[in-house]
Amino acid sequence: MYNVSQEQLETIDVTLKEDLLSIGVHCAIVIDVAGNTIAQLDDGHCTFDVTSFAALAAGNFAAVDAMAKLVGEQQFSLHFHRGENESIHFSKVNEDILLICIFGQDVSLGFLRLKTTEVINKIKIIWQR
Amino acid sequence: MGFINVKKKEVQIKIVYYGPGRGGKTTNLDYINKKYKQRIKTEMVSIKTHGDRTLFFDFLPVDIGKIHGFDIKIQLYTVPGQVKYNATRKLVLKGVDGIVFVADLQRERRDSNIKSLEQMKENLLTHNKDAFKIPLVLQYNKIDLKDQGIPLLSVEEMEQDLNSELKVPYFVGSALTGDSVVETLKKIISMTLISFRKELQ
Repeated sequence: MYNVSQEQLETIDVTLKEDLLSIGVHCAIVIDVAGNTIAQLDDGHCTFDVTSFAALAAGNFAAVDAMAKLVGEQQFSLHFHRGENESIHFSKVNEDILLICIFGQDVSLGFLRLKTTEVINKIKIIWQR
Repeated sequence: MGFINVKKKEVQIKIVYYGPGRGGKTTNLDYINKKYKQRIKTEMVSIKTHGDRTLFFDFLPVDIGKIHGFDIKIQLYTVPGQVKYNATRKLVLKGVDGIVFVADLQRERRDSNIKSLEQMKENLLTHNKDAFKIPLVLQYNKIDLKDQGIPLLSVEEMEQDLNSELKVPYFVGSALTGDSVVETLKKIISMTLISFRKELQ
């Protein structure tokens, strides 16, 4: 069991807003590997069930991670699903937490990957406090 | 792993229903889903095979109200019971806070129960968790089959096979009729919350 301070959660929210929502990401979610939602911010148009999404996302990430190890990889560095309107990008922040971004066609994957790398570094620092 | 969100004032807890294939794990969640429909805001998520067997997991979030001002959100999962899906079972156990082991009372399923429990202990160790320390409840399921003349194991035999060392609470019931389903759930929730409180102290 663990907890995160209100200040840490607020700082994570600010980071998600300033670095991801500002570039057009529709929804950014920080979850732990057990499928708990730690933080979630969206542009006000996301109506899907975040709790179920987090559980499925954690399972999906864990399955892909296990597949990577089976073929002798430490991890797959890009974990991304492209849809017609919405796409999903997964990244590992550390051994315990994941960052998931849902975004449309107006955001380029390359730019998003640059921004998520920045956000991951920021969350790592916040997490260590 | 349980997560306390101080900002949203909520506690998230992960409880996994574990046990041999066709033992009644999904049926437990189906019953809870029907019984507490008004408290469950979302649909139960099930990842199944074409043959209606659990492929990855079932997921059901249940809000049980407030304790000391914190909303308690219980996330119920099942594992796929079929022997070949052990890698998946390990994944679902990641971050587990409490376990309900659903054993099958049918005499012909005796070995499956024992093997599944042993494998659960091994799987928990891969996540640095100990079956003797984690909140755990046993459910001896399918007592309703007694009326159909199907040979069942006695409670003493079940206890001898599964609980002689663990010595955890157990319930005899039927996930199909709902007998002991709620009691099992209440017990594992209370044990998990007590274990949280001990950790916090």
